[in-house]
Amino acid sequence: MDIIYFLAGFGILAGIYGVFTLGLNVHWGYTGLFNIGVAGFFALGAYTAALLTTAPPSPELFEDFVFGGNLANTLQLGIDLWFFVALACAAIVSGVVALVVGAITLRLRDDYLAISTLGIAESVRLMFLNEKWLANGSRGLSDIPKFLGDFVTPKQYDLLYFAVVIIVLAALYFVIQRAINSPWGRVLRAIREDEEATAAAGKNVFRFKLQAFILGAAVMGIGGALYAHGFRYVDPMVFDPLLATFIVWVMLMVGGSGNNLGALMGAFIVWGIWSGTQFLPPEINNPNLRFFLIGFLLVLVIMLRPNGMIGERRRVSEGGT
Amino acid sequence: MIGQGIGVRARSAALGEWGWAGALALLCVVVFVAAPSKVVNGILLGSMIALGAIGITLIYSILRFAHIAHGDYMTLGAYISFFLLTVVFPAIGIVGTGFGPFTFGYPLLIALPITVVVCCAFALAIDNSVYQRLRERGTGLITIAMVSLGIAIALRGAIQMLWGTGPIRLPRETRSFYHIDFEIALPTGGALPFDIRVPPDNIFLGLTAVVLVGALYLFLNRTRTGKAMRATADNIDLARITGIDTTRIVHWTWAIAAAYAAIAGTLIAVARAQLHPNAGWATLIPMFAAVLLGGIGKPWGALVGGLLIGVSMEVSTEWVSPAYKPAVSFAIMLVVLLVRPRGLFGDRDA
Repeated sequence: MDIIYFLAGFGILAGIYGVFTLGLNVHWGYTGLFNIGVAGFFALGAYTAALLTTAPPSPELFEDFVFGGNLANTLQLGIDLWFFVALACAAIVSGVVALVVGAITLRLRDDYLAISTLGIAESVRLMFLNEKWLANGSRGLSDIPKFLGDFVTPKQYDLLYFAVVIIVLAALYFVIQRAINSPWGRVLRAIREDEEATAAAGKNVFRFKLQAFILGAAVMGIGGALYAHGFRYVDPMVFDPLLATFIVWVMLMVGGSGNNLGALMGAFIVWGIWSGTQFLPPEINNPNLRFFLIGFLLVLVIMLRPNGMIGERRRVSEGGT
Repeated sequence: MIGQGIGVRARSAALGEWGWAGALALLCVVVFVAAPSKVVNGILLGSMIALGAIGITLIYSILRFAHIAHGDYMTLGAYISFFLLTVVFPAIGIVGTGFGPFTFGYPLLIALPITVVVCCAFALAIDNSVYQRLRERGTGLITIAMVSLGIAIALRGAIQMLWGTGPIRLPRETRSFYHIDFEIALPTGGALPFDIRVPPDNIFLGLTAVVLVGALYLFLNRTRTGKAMRATADNIDLARITGIDTTRIVHWTWAIAAAYAAIAGTLIAVARAQLHPNAGWATLIPMFAAVLLGGIGKPWGALVGGLLIGVSMEVSTEWVSPAYKPAVSFAIMLVVLLVRPRGLFGDRDA
């Protein structure tokens, strides 16, 4: 039976990574926006959810931490409703930050966005690390409440939360899938293929790019909130670029950018390989070797199989009358 | 009429960039009065950011993509120097610290050229095995930038495999700071006291930067290859038609960028007295901020941008925690993108 709990624990993280790859797929796969700061939106989402729902820790231990975010006790919704508030607020905060940065950089060269997202990720991490009153600094926030925690025993909770993650993931998948297959999504793909031609066809390229950037960032924020409630502890070290940005890129490129199903497959397969390596003998189970392989795999996939495992379906001649 | 119009526009643009530079210079003077030590050290540390930014901007102008692995090329340089200084040189009897007024010893001066050669060879090998194939295939520039992200990750993983993830101390000797004390008499009768403290190593950083920037100036303006490089930056197709071997120019670009990155990475480690696998990656945001501030593809812009970013990062510690230095450079970058996206010396709105 233990294997089921292990698989559920694995599935929770893989599912959360699936949320990030879906968000990144909106950015890169469909619109061609180069976001290398997934970690920033991940952190914003996770901290927003944690701060909204966590009770303040005892003051003797954390004298600098004042915010506390004890909203859950003031506004008696019960934690199970607060969970949804937290998800929504995580999406809003990430989206607003994306709006501000996107409004500045999306009119300019494509690679300015990449550098800016890197800057967001770094600045957000520095803020949560140094503003102790806001987020308790390097000690992080612990005891983030469980969603639906009263209904099952702690041992079975992973199974329940796995179901929650899968439901949220499925909902996001269908929303994004609908958006992408709508005329709006068609404009995004047109921008990715040829920005000038799209502008010539009368589309406001900047507005569409900005909307896609906000949508993807909001999805990543939801992923962050799911993480916070699933692991019930966040600190700034969680959001290091390797496990919060680079691996998401590898997942998307391996699975196939421009295809949401491919993005999800990539998340589960790459996370499967990543967590599978912990069973390797210690001589070759080197975290730095994995670090190296993540980068190597990214280069290799782009060079040898740019479309990933299942790339985008070719749509020419499809959708005609 | 039309010609005149263009002339007027060109002049107003020129006035604009000098106007911006003048306003910034004035700001620098004000800040200098407020925190002279930080300004001086900011210029010296900023010169290293500038060396990295010059490499990024050269790659931008010739290869047209954002080289995200540049910070990790710097880290590689620092670790190769460290390896030479602590493993190779002691084995053949070259040891020493405290060369002249500096904390490091004369072996560093021998290690730097070797490091430069190794890093150039590495950059050329990567170009040959990866970037050149992608260029021949006509891969998009953003995808090439993403490949450079992959190389950055792989390189850092490799460095961590070889030398571990933690910070490493460099062999050094403690030296007292230079201490300059002077007063400027004010017309109102009082006196403005200045008290400037500079670590000797920072002087070495500044001198190295002056030599390297001077060498780059002579290279770009006085040699055939340098002129061909500028021509390629202006218009690669036109350069090819006039018989310039653009492949050779690409190789020169990588060699210069990698050499300057290796030196900057090593000297930043010397100034901080420690190596960290993350150091180069963390310098990436200040370097790109310098590139954008100076205007993409402008080596002199990258130099000015690097110095300004260096000063801003040091001076900001008067008001905000030193931990926010990278965020300060990011904030400056956003302001530049907002008010003058082409940067101080850029030709056109990017």
